[in-house]
Amino acid sequence: MTAIPLEHVLIFASILFSIGFIGVIVRKNTLFMLMSLEVMLNSVGVAFIGAGSAWQQADGQVMFILILTLAAAEVAVGLALLIQMHQRFQSLNIDKLNKMRG
Amino acid sequence: MINSYSFFESPILALLPFYPLLSFLLLITFAKRLSWSQASFLSIGAIGLSALSSAVMVYQLQDQDFQIITVTLWSWFSVGNAQVNVSFYLDALSSVMMMVVSGVGLLIHIYAAAYMKTDENFSRFMAYMNLFIVAMLILVLADNLVLLYLGWEGVGLCSFLLIGFWYQEKANVLAARKAFIVTRIGDTAMAIGLFMLFSALGVLNIVDVNQMAQNSWQVGNESAYWIALLLLGGAVGKSAQLPLQTWLPDAMAGPTPVSALIHAATMVTAGVYLIARMNGLFLLAPEVMQYVAWLGAFTLLLAGVAALVQTDIKRVLAYSTMSQIGYMMLALGAGAWSAGVFHLMTHAFFKALLFLTAGSVILALHHQQNLFKMGGLSKRFPIETGLFFIGLICLVALPGTSGFFSKEAIIAELWSSPTAGAGLWWCAIIGALLTSIYSCRLFFLAFLGQNREEMHKNDSVGDELSRLRLPLIFLAVLSLFGGLISLDLSSVFIANTSIIEHSKEPSWLHPVAITTPFIGIVFSWFYFKQYRRNTGKPIVESQTAFVKFCRNGLGFDTLYYSCLVRPYCWLAKVNRLDIIDQIIMLNAWYITLWHDALSALQNGKLRWYAAALGLGVVCLAGVLIGGNS
Amino acid sequence: MNSSMSSVINIELFFYLAAVMAIIASIKVISTHNTVHALLYLVVSLLAVAVCFYLMGAPFAAGLEVIVYAGAIVVLFVFAVMMFGLGTDETLNAPQVRGISIWTGPILLATALLVELIYIISHSGLQKQLSIDVVDAKQVGILLYGPYLLAVEIASFLLLAGLLAGYHYAKPEEHGGHL
Repeated sequence: MTAIPLEHVLIFASILFSIGFIGVIVRKNTLFMLMSLEVMLNSVGVAFIGAGSAWQQADGQVMFILILTLAAAEVAVGLALLIQMHQRFQSLNIDKLNKMRG
Repeated sequence: MINSYSFFESPILALLPFYPLLSFLLLITFAKRLSWSQASFLSIGAIGLSALSSAVMVYQLQDQDFQIITVTLWSWFSVGNAQVNVSFYLDALSSVMMMVVSGVGLLIHIYAAAYMKTDENFSRFMAYMNLFIVAMLILVLADNLVLLYLGWEGVGLCSFLLIGFWYQEKANVLAARKAFIVTRIGDTAMAIGLFMLFSALGVLNIVDVNQMAQNSWQVGNESAYWIALLLLGGAVGKSAQLPLQTWLPDAMAGPTPVSALIHAATMVTAGVYLIARMNGLFLLAPEVMQYVAWLGAFTLLLAGVAALVQTDIKRVLAYSTMSQIGYMMLALGAGAWSAGVFHLMTHAFFKALLFLTAGSVILALHHQQNLFKMGGLSKRFPIETGLFFIGLICLVALPGTSGFFSKEAIIAELWSSPTAGAGLWWCAIIGALLTSIYSCRLFFLAFLGQNREEMHKNDSVGDELSRLRLPLIFLAVLSLFGGLISLDLSSVFIANTSIIEHSKEPSWLHPVAITTPFIGIVFSWFYFKQYRRNTGKPIVESQTAFVKFCRNGLGFDTLYYSCLVRPYCWLAKVNRLDIIDQIIMLNAWYITLWHDALSALQNGKLRWYAAALGLGVVCLAGVLIGGNS
Repeated sequence: MNSSMSSVINIELFFYLAAVMAIIASIKVISTHNTVHALLYLVVSLLAVAVCFYLMGAPFAAGLEVIVYAGAIVVLFVFAVMMFGLGTDETLNAPQVRGISIWTGPILLATALLVELIYIISHSGLQKQLSIDVVDAKQVGILLYGPYLLAVEIASFLLLAGLLAGYHYAKPEEHGGHL
């Protein structure tokens, strides 16, 4: 019986999520955006593991594994696109990709 | 019950107005490719067919029960319970009008073909004249008020087109515009009257309207008063009576056949026809009939005074027309319906004769219209002088002429009429006096006295004039002997009020009425002595302020200009940016504002979109929290 | 009881410590301007989170976090940065505007989000405490290859797609790559 309430874990996850969210919005460099996205995904993982631990079920860890897989695939594709972007625009400034404006 | 025929049962009546319509279309389509003889054959032939059909229909009318023929061509539209058809209604009143329009119209067309021969837009002219006849025939034959209004507007349009026929001159175009706008005011009043009539009675068929009005409303009914007043407004506009009379003198800018046809014989009588046709309604509003009579009387006197001081021969005749229509209005207002319509017919004859003869004179003098530059024409053009003389004696109503019979018929009814009275009788007498005085002045200035023409051209115009003479002779015969045509209009005009009692009249009424023109002639003989004599002294027109005031239509033009035109122009200038439009543009501005704001959100930047997502989540969560707690 | 109490206190303490470290490291990730430094801070954050996992009784997840997340994904980042010179860009071509003004808006937004999330969590009536009993790898494995078999297969599809996309998109122009 630990004394860590589930709420504290969820609050921890929320804080990490917000930090990642700030990073996505603020940073212009696409690489940093990707890193912030990783932080966000990680925080979701924390929430799942905490929930799984609270209910003493392995489902939380299974979800975490799936999230991990997702993160890996996303990073692979994301970095590939990043490399293409670097080759085309000679810059990683995300604001240079604004042709889809209204 | 009056049965209505279909097209095939009475094809003559059905096709009557459409011959000139067909000729109009052909003339307009092939305007420049037609020669003079082809165009004149087409147009005169069409009118001739219409005139012939009219004569046949008048003959057929005698055999009918109730002396009414109706033919329905097709159904136009239906509103509520009212069915509006294109159908023609022939009774004694519309047969008189129809004969006048097509008969006099035919003679004027023949004259116009010779008169306008050298004009390069001859086909267009004859086309417009034909279109006018179509519209006028539809007006007089209309079975319902909507079709009548169609004809009404049609004649207004043709008047505009024909006054401004020589559109290269700005003055002509301005005169045409003035005519159209002033009559429009009357037309609007009439339209409102028709709307009120429809909303009150629910039918638009003229016969039904008269019957229903008689059945549902008492004499002195409020609705009848207002509707009759509004219809009077329309009649006043079209017939150039007070206060909408300012357009008629300026309308003389058109070619003389136009002045003869439209502004003497037919279009300006449309107002008279309207009131006569709606007599059932007017009888229910005796105050409006009084207004009609007084308006007629005032116009009569005003136009008579103005005609005394005009310098242009056509303007004298225009004011004379205005005055004579005043007589017709006076007759209708007094309840002398048949007399008014009779005067309409005789007036058409002699006024057309006068205008066309004046046209011959003007043409002979190479488009000289100033009376003070004419004179002594009796020696050069004796036949035209004789014809003009015949027209003038009919106008003045000397005994034996048609004008005499019609004018005396009107004056006889005035004293004892419930809606007219002694005052109006005196107005009519003074009007007759003025008529004779200005007619004499006109004759002396133009035809007697010495030749004041500035440039004496010696080229002979005899051939031209002889071609123009044939229709004039017909008109002269009609003017002299037209009084013998007895019109039996009793079937149309049901005297609802008591028959005018002639027993209480003083016995000197008739003799005074008959001798008035002679008094005027004697007066003019001495007063205008210098005009008719062949002295060596030059004659100049009087330039006193009062005379100038009268010459300008007794100041009505200036009045309207300062009261209506100038404020309107000022308002238009102030509203240059179009305030109403700006208010509507506010709507567009508002939408553009939102567009700009929303499109700024679509700036293509990924971080913005991510932030927007986050904002959306925040809002949604806020709503959920708010909803739960 | 005392030892369990102290061990409870210890576990709690370590948990909160590790949590605080993760938070600080994440803040440093998003605020640093040097790419490689940011990546290293990311590693620290991930390792701290792994500690948290272990203390929550999920050792398998902790191991995976270290091996896969910190050991593969971040390494992938590092490879990309090093090989394609993506790290120099930050200071040269896309200078981030220094100063606090850029941060205010997003911080406000994220704070609003955080406050709402905390409110929702704390008012959800959860009375659960984390259990000290470990959920070990065997249980995870049984679950993975039991009810979640379809998810595993789909995840493998995802990885295949990621592999292909990564290979294809990163090809330079002269070797037939086109986007």
